[in-house]
Amino acid sequence: MTLAASSSAADPGLLAAQARHAAAKRRAALRRRILPLVGLLALLAIWAGLVHGLDVKPFVAPSPVVVVQTLIAKFGMLMSNLAWTATEALLGFLLGNLVAIIGATLFVHFKSLEETFFPIVVLINTIPVVAKAPILVLLLGNGIEPKIAVAALICFFPTLVNMVRGLEAVNPQALELMRVLSASRSEVFWKLRLQTALPYLFSALKISASTATIGAIVGEWVSTTNGIGALIVQAMYAFDSALLYATVLVGSGFAFCFFLAISAAERFVIRWHAPAAT
Amino acid sequence: MTSGTASVPRAAAPAVACEGVTVRFVTDRRTVTAIEDVSFAVGQGGFLSLLGPSGCGKSTLLRVVADLVEPSAGSARVRGASPAQARRDRSIGFVFQDSALLAWRTALQNVALPLEVGGRRALPAGAPTPRELLKLVGLEGWENSFPHELSGGMRQRVSLARALLGAPSILLMDEPFGALDEFTRDRLNAELRRIWRETGTTILFVTHSVYEAAFLGQQVMVLAANPGRVREIVPVDLPEDRGLAIRETEPFARLVTRLRNLLGPV
Ligand SMILES: Nc1ncnc2c1ncn2[C@@H]1O[C@H](COP(=O)(O)OP(=O)(O)OP(=O)(O)O)[C@@H](O)[C@H]1O
Ligand SMILES: [Mg+2]
Repeated sequence: MTLAASSSAADPGLLAAQARHAAAKRRAALRRRILPLVGLLALLAIWAGLVHGLDVKPFVAPSPVVVVQTLIAKFGMLMSNLAWTATEALLGFLLGNLVAIIGATLFVHFKSLEETFFPIVVLINTIPVVAKAPILVLLLGNGIEPKIAVAALICFFPTLVNMVRGLEAVNPQALELMRVLSASRSEVFWKLRLQTALPYLFSALKISASTATIGAIVGEWVSTTNGIGALIVQAMYAFDSALLYATVLVGSGFAFCFFLAISAAERFVIRWHAPAAT
Repeated sequence: MTSGTASVPRAAAPAVACEGVTVRFVTDRRTVTAIEDVSFAVGQGGFLSLLGPSGCGKSTLLRVVADLVEPSAGSARVRGASPAQARRDRSIGFVFQDSALLAWRTALQNVALPLEVGGRRALPAGAPTPRELLKLVGLEGWENSFPHELSGGMRQRVSLARALLGAPSILLMDEPFGALDEFTRDRLNAELRRIWRETGTTILFVTHSVYEAAFLGQQVMVLAANPGRVREIVPVDLPEDRGLAIRETEPFARLVTRLRNLLGPV
């Protein structure tokens, strides 16, 4: 059928269709790259226009040009601060998600554990991050630990919930199939549940990538002299709006790259997705 | 009600035998008797179609044989042993209504799944390999395709190939072609008969379609609903090497009419 058609490459109609498909794909790829860029440039133009047109004072809001100049002039200092934040965010991300994945696995296998601890997890999740941070600083001191803890806590909940949902989203007929095949519980977990949960896990990890960064920054607000969060606070008190904006830009640039890295990992791990499902 | 035991044509111990099987489901609101006092036997290499209205317990009956449901009363035997034993021996292949393929595995990996779980057993000597089974169901060249790249009919073929892995002596099929269009269904029916005759597997085949039941089976077990019970087991007096054209003949039409009448007024 289709197999025979694709091997006989002489069919002109088929070749034309393939060419059309390739061209459409290229156009779509181009659009995906160019349109966001257009939006970004428009935003920058409006921003610059407003600052100049309304004569906004530099300590209220800087023009984008000054922000870029600051970014270049203080690049080394910004990067050494980012190193702190990035380390905290990454470690918090790993810790929070790892605990969440293990917790979800336990919850799915031992329902009574879920019934016992899930309400507590929900309760902790209702505490806002800005309130958790001081508590953790008191508990863990002034070092890097409380920041990691805030980042981890912020990652933990979405991943736990999504992972539990994913592990339970197994097709019931596939479960019956496993039973017909006399599969053990661990085989059902590794061959069926975990694979079913992966798309759920990755959508949580993508959220975590940006929230972990937020967590680390909030942790730094509360106490510290290093990191993007500390720099934001210092710039604010110094009315150095250019540095403030540059710092925010570096922080969100990092969160964005983090997100992209997880997306790339997702595409690498989950190759079976139907094109429509992504 | 003739809940008689069907004759056992080929071998001593029937491939599948049910004796007074009753299944009740207790839920919060009520207790449902899914099937009541069902008895039948299918000989080795037999082909029994299960025909009946929705909710008459066809799936439940297959689940009892596959050890997915415990009967509330009565017992099922598979080649003289308990369903649990048969499951552990891998005597049973199950084809589900939705193909139940694992989306992250290619067609070939899906067919090979039974070799990786439940003790990772090797194939019995002489049993066809996953590749050979894909060829048997007409999917040569599609080994490395993922389920989402296959049509519904092709997915059911993969599912059939997976159920045939390890040369199980009994194949349980629960409306496997119910979601397919008529042409695909016809073609798969013809192929299923060919595969059945080539492999000598015993088949229990659940369907809603009178035509499918009559075309495929050596016998058709007609079930009545509320509670599910055997109305009659009708022998199919058609030549063994029949093709789809048999459905245009007089004897086939008579059989269909008879089955219809047994199912009751529409
Ligand atoms: N796990 C269950 N819990 C409660 N009731 C059930 C369960 N499984 C089946 N039943 C009930 O048992 C009866 C028979 O169900 P079953 O699925 O065997 O019917 P069926 O003949 O396969 O129907 P269909 O042709 O629609 O698939 C139904 O009334 C159904 O509601
Ligand atoms: Mg059913």
